[in-house]
Amino acid sequence: MENSENLVAPLARARGLGGAHEGTHHWLHQRITAVANLPLMLWLVWSVTHMASWDYAGFTAWLAQPVNAVLMILSVLSVFYHASLGAQVILEDYVHGAGWRLVKITAMKLFFIVMALACVFSILKIAFGA
Amino acid sequence: MIQRPLSPHLQVYRWRLTMAMSILHRATGVALAFGTLMVVWMLLAAASGEAAFSQFVVCMTSLPGQILLFGWSIALFYHMSNGIRHLFWDIGKGFELKAAYGSGYAVLIATAVLTMAVWCPLFFG
Repeated sequence: MENSENLVAPLARARGLGGAHEGTHHWLHQRITAVANLPLMLWLVWSVTHMASWDYAGFTAWLAQPVNAVLMILSVLSVFYHASLGAQVILEDYVHGAGWRLVKITAMKLFFIVMALACVFSILKIAFGA
Repeated sequence: MIQRPLSPHLQVYRWRLTMAMSILHRATGVALAFGTLMVVWMLLAAASGEAAFSQFVVCMTSLPGQILLFGWSIALFYHMSNGIRHLFWDIGKGFELKAAYGSGYAVLIATAVLTMAVWCPLFFG
């Protein structure tokens, strides 16, 4: 094992990228969504604390407005993607064994996809007035 | 396989502000990831109808609900402020010991100020 490690060329070792076998794409997307989350979450906190009315009619009327619906969809997509990228790093750090790690990361990503889809569907349903 | 010691060695280091804040960034990230379930609930309830939505509002305005929301707001503002600190590190700024501690204290102050800015009007408004 030790011997085969030494046979790896320096360039190949540099390209090895560690346990995840990739990195730049993940790192960059985490930063892009981080910057996007900043105004989106300030908007969300402002909105939920300045909601005219927290009854059903008031909330759905607020969410049905195009600007609010679009910003809410963007918030859901950006935040959930950011959360899945963060959760991936934690699982890569703490789950031992490549097989288990792959299973848990895949399950986590599917979970966030389902949650995001449920949110986007709900927003669109309210926005289109169903 | 080369057997290297595994990091982090939480039990052998003396606790430092920078180290605690780094761990807290990950902890608040996990808390916020679970906190997104509240947003899922809010939107699904609103799309389901009046009964489901008023149930959501009753839960969130109850004492346990308010404590959860308060906790999540602290987590959000901490992760947000410390995230900005991380973005500065990403462009290579603020790594010096003094700057790292200064920005650390700034994040803690910003977290407290933003949390109070949200909750004080709700309590006293």
